[in-house]
Amino acid sequence: MLRVDPIQEGIVLDHIKAGLGMRIFQELGLAEKGLPVALLMNVPSTKLGRKDMIKITGVLDLDLTKLGLLDPGITVNYIRGGAVVRKVKPGLPERVVGLIRCRNPRCITSTETYVVPEFVLVNPAAKEYRCSFCGERLRV
Amino acid sequence: MRAETALKGRSFINALDLSPEEYEALFRLAEEIRHRPGDFAEACKGKLLATLFFEPSTRTRLSFEAAMLRLGGQVLSVADPQTSSVAKGESLADTIRTVAGYADLIVIRHPKEGAAQLAARYSPVPVINGGDGAREHPTQTLTDLYTIRTLKGRLSHLTVAFCGDLRYGRTVHSLLRALCRYPGIRFFLISPEELRLPEPLREELQAQGIAYHEMEQMEEALPQADVLYMTRVQKERFFNEEDYLRLRDFYVLTPERLQLLRGDALVMHPLPRVTEIAYAVDSDPRAVYFQQARLGMYARMALIASLLGVV
Repeated sequence: MLRVDPIQEGIVLDHIKAGLGMRIFQELGLAEKGLPVALLMNVPSTKLGRKDMIKITGVLDLDLTKLGLLDPGITVNYIRGGAVVRKVKPGLPERVVGLIRCRNPRCITSTETYVVPEFVLVNPAAKEYRCSFCGERLRV
Repeated sequence: MRAETALKGRSFINALDLSPEEYEALFRLAEEIRHRPGDFAEACKGKLLATLFFEPSTRTRLSFEAAMLRLGGQVLSVADPQTSSVAKGESLADTIRTVAGYADLIVIRHPKEGAAQLAARYSPVPVINGGDGAREHPTQTLTDLYTIRTLKGRLSHLTVAFCGDLRYGRTVHSLLRALCRYPGIRFFLISPEELRLPEPLREELQAQGIAYHEMEQMEEALPQADVLYMTRVQKERFFNEEDYLRLRDFYVLTPERLQLLRGDALVMHPLPRVTEIAYAVDSDPRAVYFQQARLGMYARMALIASLLGVV
């Protein structure tokens, strides 16, 4: 089996839904951060069957709202001295500011483009959000 | 503290921004104003209301302006956005911040959904939503609730039939949501398939356990309705002229159909009507739409006075 050495200082993004690893890698802009990073895809998982993982060496300020939106099942492990010192499951964020745009062409945010779009979670099971301006529902 | 005093400085963007108790306080104040108008003739003296209408409107704008003038206040008006700085490409946020420097209260109507919400975020003075696209028209809801309460004596235990454009009709959406907060409400939703109530709204009704029946023909609903709320199929909501013309004449309330309605029922309409209510219906005592428009002015007077904190 493919092995990547455990990291001493950094972050491990675990339980990424298989196939989403590349997108999360790109969305977080990891290629441009200049840190040693390993993206593992289709790793066997007892919980998920298969999963993706991202191991990042070094200090990085992660946008947990964005991560939760991309994959609510993800686990973020913060590693210090080779041990997990903090484990975070971002889940679906209750409020999303600025990451997604409203698709309703009649929404005021479609013309007043300086406005930062804002969404509120209305149906977690369906991953459904509501635009705080026009009320349009959006599945992410 | 009087409930209407608690409204001082607030904006009114969505029909549900006010609790049923706050609506009730406005209705009581509107009744006081209606019966003793002289007592309120100078309530807003020295206050300025700005009406920013980015979409055609006669009734709503005049109703607000009449309301402010009858309270002794004054009005600044932009009736045609083509003559304003918006035509030069000014953002809504900048327009609002500028106007807020001149006026004590702003009423905005805008074709884009969520425009009033945006205006309220940038305005240091209270904003009233005078209609934003197909979404909300809360002062029409205030008018409608006040009309029903005044003429039926209650807002609970009513069967309300909505007829016509239930898809784009913002007055329907706002009123429906507001009525859901009163006990014993049930709805008949009469529309062609293309103009059905939007799915998210139907889901809201289901989630709240509100009884509703959808139908294409109005005959079944009429004998059971306490209120028949007719709506206009709005040309400006259609991209296609052909669809508009086909659906415009789908429902027409005629004297023959009116006979199916109970003697104490109300026929309401947010106006303007096009073809959906025959003129022969107007003389029937159950046809209260012009009374509704007048009551709306008193309801807006109560709202203005409360948001400005002058009562």
